[in-house]
Amino acid sequence: MTKTAAFEAGVSAALANEALQHALADVPAGFVAGRARQKAALPEFEGLRRTARDIRDHTLAHLDAYLEEFERNAVSAGSTVHWAATADEAREVVLSICRAAGARTIAKSKSMVSEEIALNAALEAQAMEVVETDLGEYLIQLRGERPSHIIAPAIHLRAGDVADEFRLRHDHLDASRDLATPEVMVAEARSVLREKFLAADVGITGANFLVAETGSAIIVTNEGNADLTMSLPKVHIVLTTIDKLVPTLADAWPLLRLLARSATGQAFTAYTTIVTGPRRPEDDAGPQSCHVILLDNGRSELLQSEFRPILRCIRCGACMNHCPVYCAIGGHAYDSVYPGPIGAVLTPALAGVGEAGHLAQASTFCGRCEEVCPVEIPLVSMLRGWREQAFAASDDWRSRTFLRAWVQLAKRPRAYGLAARIAAAILSALAGAKGILRRLPFGERWTRQRDFPAPQGTTFQDLWKRRERDEGPAP
Amino acid sequence: MTDGYARRPRVGLFVTCLVDLMRPSVGFAAARLLHEAGCEVVVPRAQTCCGQPAYNSGDRESAKTLALATIAAFEGLDYVVAPSGSCAAMLKLHYPRLMSGDDDSERRARGFAERVHELLSFLVDVRGLASVPGNYAGKVTYHDGCSGLRELKVSGQPRQLLAMMPEIELIEMPATQACCGFGGLFSIKFPDISNAMVSAKTASIDQVAPELVLAGDLGCLMNIAGKLSRQGSKIGCRHVAEVLAGETADPPIAHPRAAS
Ligand code: SF4
Repeated sequence: MTKTAAFEAGVSAALANEALQHALADVPAGFVAGRARQKAALPEFEGLRRTARDIRDHTLAHLDAYLEEFERNAVSAGSTVHWAATADEAREVVLSICRAAGARTIAKSKSMVSEEIALNAALEAQAMEVVETDLGEYLIQLRGERPSHIIAPAIHLRAGDVADEFRLRHDHLDASRDLATPEVMVAEARSVLREKFLAADVGITGANFLVAETGSAIIVTNEGNADLTMSLPKVHIVLTTIDKLVPTLADAWPLLRLLARSATGQAFTAYTTIVTGPRRPEDDAGPQSCHVILLDNGRSELLQSEFRPILRCIRCGACMNHCPVYCAIGGHAYDSVYPGPIGAVLTPALAGVGEAGHLAQASTFCGRCEEVCPVEIPLVSMLRGWREQAFAASDDWRSRTFLRAWVQLAKRPRAYGLAARIAAAILSALAGAKGILRRLPFGERWTRQRDFPAPQGTTFQDLWKRRERDEGPAP
Repeated sequence: MTDGYARRPRVGLFVTCLVDLMRPSVGFAAARLLHEAGCEVVVPRAQTCCGQPAYNSGDRESAKTLALATIAAFEGLDYVVAPSGSCAAMLKLHYPRLMSGDDDSERRARGFAERVHELLSFLVDVRGLASVPGNYAGKVTYHDGCSGLRELKVSGQPRQLLAMMPEIELIEMPATQACCGFGGLFSIKFPDISNAMVSAKTASIDQVAPELVLAGDLGCLMNIAGKLSRQGSKIGCRHVAEVLAGETADPPIAHPRAAS
């Protein structure tokens, strides 16, 4: 099966999945309306987007210098900094830190980078127990699924699904207990997770931003789980990527102001934590050691390419919330770590155009994503860029031949005009008085679910020529 | 008129390949409106397609070939006007990008782009049209096509023009700015997603139950009309120019030829 065919199969499954469709139907009234309210309440919202874009662009233009500055400051704050060129290397670093710590249980707060390097499987293969502490992430871990959204990993589930899962997995609890409300379920998850926190030897978090000036990581959550993850175990690993950098704490501020507003429609996330190294002698809590893993995984190559703007991304998820394609099919159909518009532009960069180029095709270029992106990534141009690469590398000779033949025709207005007249006449004759074609020769991908409107019978050029002949040139 | 031409400006009508093939009445409606707006309408014979299907399929080279041919076809005209947000955006915004790296062509494309306008915004913003020939009486809704809306900021102008007809009743549908799922070749590359999107659109339309759905892009209209027809709906679809120009002798898109 080709990648496109596999994708289409996933799409059909998603469209037929009633529970998923119900869950997706809530996105407009939830995240989308929330963002709109925040934007309306903040007059400088659009200006802030330009500031945010400029901060990210500046950082990316001097990324090597800021990375060095970050390393210096992180080390002097007591952190150990690890550089990982590939996903393999990053996994290896995590494993060796965990082994050295004699880790049996590892607490994790939500991290897309850990998904990117398929970390959980690697840890579990070493007989370490990994516990996801973000509620959504915990749920999909129980179900053996992948996040279907970068900030709301279990957005595809409904409360009923969660209750069923809890009854199945938390089998040490009374089977007839009441799980009727989200509050009860959250409380149950909390109490189960709390024990795991206390048992964890290593805590792994991602980072929303890294601050060069101070060597700090900034981590935002709504559940406070990252704070427990980084402070209770004796070792804290910040697993992140080189593009998360900002020069100063002041630069992080506009980005933080936009992040939650764009993501969930909150003015600010419930918890925003700035962590700088391990516990100091005067601190009364915190890990004994802190490791920062800086993963590249193709990003420095991206930095040198026409796709650099992708690296501005602050992973707010607004592009997917506003994407009509994402909202029709959900995240899993993309079969990639990052779904939605950002997934369609990032995944080909990470996995190669041959693997993921088809995702860039699945867009109408409606442009709603770039209209809302807080760092103004030109997502449509990026998608088109991947299409260009895919076209250049393509062995799909049928669409190439078709396209090129059509261009040859379109280059010759007289021949084109004749062909158009013939096509209009044939299609119109086939439709007869009905005005539609219920089946279109060679076009059944259109007519399977829609009628094809009949043309009026001849071309505009033909009619205009006749009118000019009859009436002389138009007045 | 707001553009300061003392004489009647010569406007090249970029018909668009879809209007040329599928619905010439839109071209005539556009010409009528341009005439009303005090313009001399010229239809260059050498035009075909703006090249968007190639451009959006990643075939830059072919797109460039067609772009250069289009630019040449409209040489010497004061304006180039297209009854389509999507084609106008291609001509106005993407031609210069397409030529980047080739200074000479890029300069030509920029000069060309400055003269390009989408029809409805041209009538309002450039020509300050104050009245329209059409006088439709009835309930309509307007679908905002994506390129016109987001790339060219066309949204107030069509509504302003529609409001010049005293007996029309414009009712906004929910999510009028949501994409209809056409997307050119997208509609046949990913028919299931496209169908899900157009079904959402027709559901929004059904909520306001208009007599007519209007839009400024024939691509969107063919998609929406095709879906409504398959659903057995009686709601008609027309290019907004047809209604504004009073050129409604032909039945709506995808409606039976003989009056039913
Ligand atoms: S591409 Fe923009 S909108 Fe999408 S996740 Fe990244 S920052 Fe947010």
